Amino acid sequence: MAQIFAYILHKNGVIDDTARELLAVARKIDASATPTALVLGAGSELASACAAAAGAYAQVWKVDNAALAYPNAEVVRKALVKLVPAGSIVLMAHEHFGMDLAPGLAIRMDAAFVSDLVDIEDLDGGLLKAVRQEFGGAVHSHVTVDLSTGAVITARPGSFQAKEEAAAGGQVADKSGAVEDLAGRRDFIEVVAAEVGDVDITKSEVLVSCGRGFEEQDNLAIAFELAKAMGADVSCSRPIVDAKWLEKARQVGTSGQTVKPKVYMACGISGSFQHMGGIKGNPFIVAINKNPKAPIFQVADVGIVADVLEFIPELTEKIKEGA
Amino acid sequence: MDILVCVKRVPDTSENEIELNRAGNDINRDDLVYSVNEWDNYAVEEALRIVENAGGSVTVVTVGDEEAEEVLRREMAMGADKGLLLCDEAFEGSDGMGLARILKAAVEKGKYDLILTGAQADDGAGQVGGMLAAMLDLPFASLVNLIEVGEGKLKVGREIEGGNQEMNAISLPCVLSIQTGINEPRYVGIRGIRKVASVEIPRLGAGDLGLDAGKVGAAAAKVKRLDYFVPEMGAGAEILEGSTDEIIAKLLELLKAKGGLK
Ligand SMILES: Cc1cc2nc3c(=O)[nH]c(=O)nc-3n(C[C@H](O)[C@H](O)[C@H](O)COP(=O)(O)OP(=O)(O)OC[C@H]3O[C@@H](n4cnc5c(N)ncnc54)[C@H](O)[C@@H]3O)c2cc1C
Ligand SMILES: Nc1ncnc2c1ncn2[C@@H]1O[C@H](COP(=O)(O)O)[C@@H](O)[C@H]1O
Repeated sequence: MAQIFAYILHKNGVIDDTARELLAVARKIDASATPTALVLGAGSELASACAAAAGAYAQVWKVDNAALAYPNAEVVRKALVKLVPAGSIVLMAHEHFGMDLAPGLAIRMDAAFVSDLVDIEDLDGGLLKAVRQEFGGAVHSHVTVDLSTGAVITARPGSFQAKEEAAAGGQVADKSGAVEDLAGRRDFIEVVAAEVGDVDITKSEVLVSCGRGFEEQDNLAIAFELAKAMGADVSCSRPIVDAKWLEKARQVGTSGQTVKPKVYMACGISGSFQHMGGIKGNPFIVAINKNPKAPIFQVADVGIVADVLEFIPELTEKIKEGA
Repeated sequence: MDILVCVKRVPDTSENEIELNRAGNDINRDDLVYSVNEWDNYAVEEALRIVENAGGSVTVVTVGDEEAEEVLRREMAMGADKGLLLCDEAFEGSDGMGLARILKAAVEKGKYDLILTGAQADDGAGQVGGMLAAMLDLPFASLVNLIEVGEGKLKVGREIEGGNQEMNAISLPCVLSIQTGINEPRYVGIRGIRKVASVEIPRLGAGDLGLDAGKVGAAAAKVKRLDYFVPEMGAGAEILEGSTDEIIAKLLELLKAKGGLK
C-alpha cells in the first residue's frame, strides 16, 4: 500500500477541522493506514500547528520556510513535489486552497486526481471506488481511481466524520532541508478583507434567505416584506450576489458569511454544499422550493413544495393578519 | 494580448431537472437543454474586456462532439474572434487529465499570452485549469475574481473564505480559472448568433494536434465514472402538505415554537 499523506490547513497556529476528517478519509482508503501529516509554514505559528497535528497523526512532517509564511499554492506545490515520494497518495480538503493546489500537484506527481469526494466505498486491486456529486448535488456518481502511480485526492469538508481518537502523540520530523529555493512566478501580495454591509447577518436570529429561484431582482421585494413581518433579516445565496442584486455581505456560504441563526428560511435555494457550509449552530431550517427533489429538502427540517413568488406573499399576509 | 478561453457545453441546470435515466448509468438526456458552462461565460466576458482595453484577440476552444460547436458560436456572438473545435472519437471518455492534455496540444499550436478556464463545470471537478497550467509549466491561479493588466504581469484577486480576497502578482503567460461574479457577462441576442452562423470553425482531431491517441480517451483515463445514482434518502425534511392555508397555519405554529416570529 502506498504511503498516505494529509495536507494540513492551519491558521494562526490552529489546525483546521478538516485535519481530522482527512484522517478518516485515510482510514476509509486503508483501515490500517498510518498517514503522515504534512504541515508547511513558517516560524512559531508553524510550531503550534505541528504540535496540534501530532495530536491526531502519528507522524508529522514539518517544513519551515519563510516563503511558506502565507500558503501560496504555487509555492506549496513546489515544496510538495520535492518532499512527497513518487507513488504516494496525498489527501487535502476541497476548498479554495485545495482547489488551487491539487490539480497541478497531481500532474507534477504524475498521479491520478479526483476531487470533492463525499464518500469512499472500497479499494480493490489498486482501484479505489468512491462517491462524488454532480450538478449541484442533484445526482451522485461512483468513480474508480487508479492508484497505481499515486493519487491526489480532495475530500469535501464535513463529509467524512472525524472519529474521537486518543491523542496520537505523534513524532514531528523536520523536513525543511528537503526543500530549498521556492521562489515562483506568482507572488502573494495581501488579503483584502470582505466589505462590511448595511446588515450584519452573522448576528441575525432569523434569516429569510433568497436564491436563484427568485428569478428577477424586483421579486426580492417579497422577501424583504416577509422579513419585515417576521422581524428577520434578508440573506442570500451566491448567484444573487453575482448578479449584483444584493451586496456581498448578505451572502451565506463558504465564500460568504457564516451565520448561526435560530431559524433559516431557504427560499428558492437548491442547497449546494458551499451554501450550507455557511450555516452553523444547527438552526431550524425551512425550505421553500418548487422542485420536490431539490437537495435542500435533505437537510431542511421542514419543507414546502411551492413557488416562492406565490407562497411568500401569502405567508407574509397571514403573518400580518395575525399581528 | 492574445487570449485563449476554454469553454464546455454542459446540460443547463436552470432549464432542466437533472434526473437519472432508467438504466441508472447516466442522467436522462432526452430533451435536455445544453448551454455554455456558467463559469465559462464569465471567463469569455473577462477576456473580451481585457482585449477591449489592451488590444489583442480572443479565441474560444472546446473539446467535444459536433454539437459542441454551438457553444463556440455563442461565445463568438458575444465577441470572441475565433473558435476551435477539438473533436475526435479518440477523445471520448477522457478524464480531466485527458482533457487537459488535448487542450495543451491546442495551446501549443498557437501563441497565447493568457489562458482562461472556468473555475469548474457543472458536471466537472474544478480540475482542468490547474492541470493545463502544470502541463504547460505556466503559473496558475484559481477562483480568480479580479484581473488588472500590468507590464508583463497581472494583478489577480482570488476568492478565499468569508468573502475575503487574496491578491497576487502573476507573470505572463499564465493560466487562470475564473470564478462567477467577476463581471456581468453581456447578453447575446438572436441577431448576434445569426451574425456568426456561417463563420467557419476549424475542427482539429488527434492527428492534427499531434496527439498520441493512446494517451487520451477512455483507455488512458485514470479516473472513470461507473454510474450515476440517487442515494437512499435519509429522513429528510418533513414536507408540509395540504392547502396553502393549512400549510401556512402549520408553518406559523412551528415558527413560533422555534423563535422564528417576533
Ligand atoms: C468555490 C466556490 C464557492 C462558492 N461559495 C458559495 C457561497 O458562499 N454561497 C453560495 O450560496 N454559493 C456558493 N457557491 C455556489 C454554489 O455552488 C451554488 O452554485 C449556489 O449556492 C446555488 O445557488 P442557488 O441555490 O440560489 O441556485 P440554484 O442552485 O440554481 O437553485 C435554485 C433553486 O430554486 C428553485 N426554484 C426555481 N424557481 C423557483 C420558484 N419560482 N419557487 C421556488 N423554487 C424555485 C430550483 O428548484 C432550485 O432548487 C460557490 C461555488 C464555488 C465553486
Ligand atoms: N471539454 C472541455 N473543453 C474545453 N474546456 C473544458 C472542457 N472541460 C472543462 N473545460 C474547462 O475547464 C473548466 C473546469 O472544468 P472541470 O475541471 O471539468 O470542472 C471549465 O470551466 C472549462 O473552462
